Amino acid sequence: MSDATLAVPLRLNGLGKPGQRIDVLIVSVICVLGLLWGISATALAHDLGMRVIAAIFTIAFAGGLFAISFAGSKGNLAIDEAVYLDGVIKAGVIAASFWGIVGMLVGVIIASQLAFPDFLYFKEFGFLNFGRLRPIHTSGVIFAFGGNVLIATSFYVVQRTSRARLFGGLLGSFVFWGYNLVIVTAATGYILGVTSGQEYAEPNWVVDIWLTIVWVAYLVVFLGTLWKRKEPHIYVANWFYLAFIVTIAILHLVNNLAVPTSPWSSKAYSLFSGVQNAMTQWWYGHNAVGFFLTAGFLGIMYYFVPKRAERPVYSYQLSIIHFWALIFTYMWAGPHHLHYTALPQWVQTLGMTFSIILWMPSWGGMINGLMTLSGAWDKLRTDPVLRMLVASIAFYGMSTFEGPAMSIRAVNSLSHYTDWTIGHVHSGALGWVGMVSFGALYCLTPWLWKRKRLYSEKLVEAHFWLSTIGILFYITSMWVSGIMQGLMWRAYNEFGFLQYSFVESVKAMKPYYIIRATGGLMFMAGACVMAYNLWRTAKGDVAASEPITEAQEA
Amino acid sequence: MTYESLATFAQQGGSAYFALMFAIVCIYALWPKNKKKFDDAALMPLVTDNDAPLIVEK
Ligand code: HEM
Ligand code: HEM
Repeated sequence: MSDATLAVPLRLNGLGKPGQRIDVLIVSVICVLGLLWGISATALAHDLGMRVIAAIFTIAFAGGLFAISFAGSKGNLAIDEAVYLDGVIKAGVIAASFWGIVGMLVGVIIASQLAFPDFLYFKEFGFLNFGRLRPIHTSGVIFAFGGNVLIATSFYVVQRTSRARLFGGLLGSFVFWGYNLVIVTAATGYILGVTSGQEYAEPNWVVDIWLTIVWVAYLVVFLGTLWKRKEPHIYVANWFYLAFIVTIAILHLVNNLAVPTSPWSSKAYSLFSGVQNAMTQWWYGHNAVGFFLTAGFLGIMYYFVPKRAERPVYSYQLSIIHFWALIFTYMWAGPHHLHYTALPQWVQTLGMTFSIILWMPSWGGMINGLMTLSGAWDKLRTDPVLRMLVASIAFYGMSTFEGPAMSIRAVNSLSHYTDWTIGHVHSGALGWVGMVSFGALYCLTPWLWKRKRLYSEKLVEAHFWLSTIGILFYITSMWVSGIMQGLMWRAYNEFGFLQYSFVESVKAMKPYYIIRATGGLMFMAGACVMAYNLWRTAKGDVAASEPITEAQEA
Repeated sequence: MTYESLATFAQQGGSAYFALMFAIVCIYALWPKNKKKFDDAALMPLVTDNDAPLIVEK
């Protein structure tokens, strides 16, 4: 430990006085309490789901305590304020690559099940059915893949733009491991049929409470690092990350208010019912899109694009307007998920209006990201990673144009319940969230492992084309099938009867589902290529066919 | 208070609040005096002297 530690204001050696490790104490106490709860709940559980979840928690907390004492005995818990905390970010890069592939694999499986209902379904293994796998896909790609990307990049960005080591000592690792524990327990629950039944908020009440603890720690770590920053300004990317962290905390707490049937049961009932439940759920759901899938990843855009292009963001002033306009507008757009429901008409109109307004800040952000390259457009030709980032911004522009269009009530009457929505979701999810994350991971790996460059840029090129073509397969097939579905459902014959039975519309989907599954497979193959490339980069290899040039040497 | 009056208040109050916030944000972002501050901030990701925290020795 350097003397520099003592020079830092606020004595951030852990949290309290120098040498006094409140952070270790807090994490240890949490692990001990969690262990006690886990053992009791495993013994007393009313149902299998609760028993398995509690057993996983027990193992994790015991492992946590063991890891802390082991690291302590080796002196690995020391805090050196003179270096950045990068170990946890490396772990995040690995976890993100792993979960990305798992989540996409499950996506390909459920896409194939929609085309061929018997695919990978065995009567003896009921948990392999579409209904249980679907939330594993959505949570796997959004929360496991996206969440790990966001935690890793936010830790990287907040340290670099604050010129300060991550605050909170052991809390950084606690956030990473605790968050991944949320993912494992939630996914296990889904397989066992434990779910709260609200989309994107499926984890049951126990996992929800654990996520709350982890998330508070995340907020403390992030705010603490900003607090001890050595730079006068808080860079705009940090504003987006902060909005993401704070808003997700509020959304999570409100939408998951529920009463368990017993302390030892996995089942709980939501405090809300009827239209109130629908409105809170879609206030949650839409802001999960707005603050998890958008604001957090915009934080990535505002740091990684300028950094990679080696020029400052096009307009910092626009980024401020972008930020405030985006967060104020997103909050009110949720009702566009509830057109033609029991929700009061004026609330639907409100949601629609705000969704259309939302087009403007979204495109402001897109322009700001794209124009950062002005004067450096040639880099797009030579740097496939930058091209990936730029393509993601283009897809961001596309999905934030499509979204406002779909929120218009008349358009929504056609698109709602159809594959059009699924296409929209994935143009945002694959094109924007996926590609911007890939770009960030390609940047981070050489930076963190201190390599001159990636193992192979040709492989990045291959990944770029695999994912771009995969996305095109996915979204074009969903547009066609979605609009066809919508039109078939509303077609009447000359006697005023419905022209098609529902099953006819299902049969008509088949070719499009096959195209979609193919596109998804390509996208997943791209992610596997990336994981290989990142692994070789971390190992320090350089592709023999692409020797390091002089420019990269510098 | 009736449902209608509450809804009207929420609609009109919300519009005014939204417009006001947006105006404040634009004024803040575009205020000429702040330009220098923002231009400096924009350079923050590009600082590359060495990849280590800044230690202010006392
Ligand atoms: C390998 C690529 C992928 C494939 C093949 C795939 C496939 C699917 C399928 C078949 C569904 C269910 C659609 C339905 O119920 O009709 C789905 C839903 C969903 N996927 Fe993916 N997916 C992929 C990647 C991703 C990624 C990377 C993300 C997010 C970052 C994502 C986010 C979602 C979401 C949010 C839903 C729920 C949509 C809704 O309920 O409206 N997917 N996906
Ligand atoms: C200006 C921005 C956007 C607007 C106004 C918007 C609007 C909409 C609308 C109207 C729907 C269909 C609701 C329905 O009929 O049920 C929808 C669904 C969805 N959008 Fe967007 N969208 C925007 C951007 C995005 C982005 C960038 C992403 C992803 C990264 C995204 C992800 C989703 C998801 C996951 C759903 C499906 C929700 C569900 O039913 O499960 N949206 N959006």
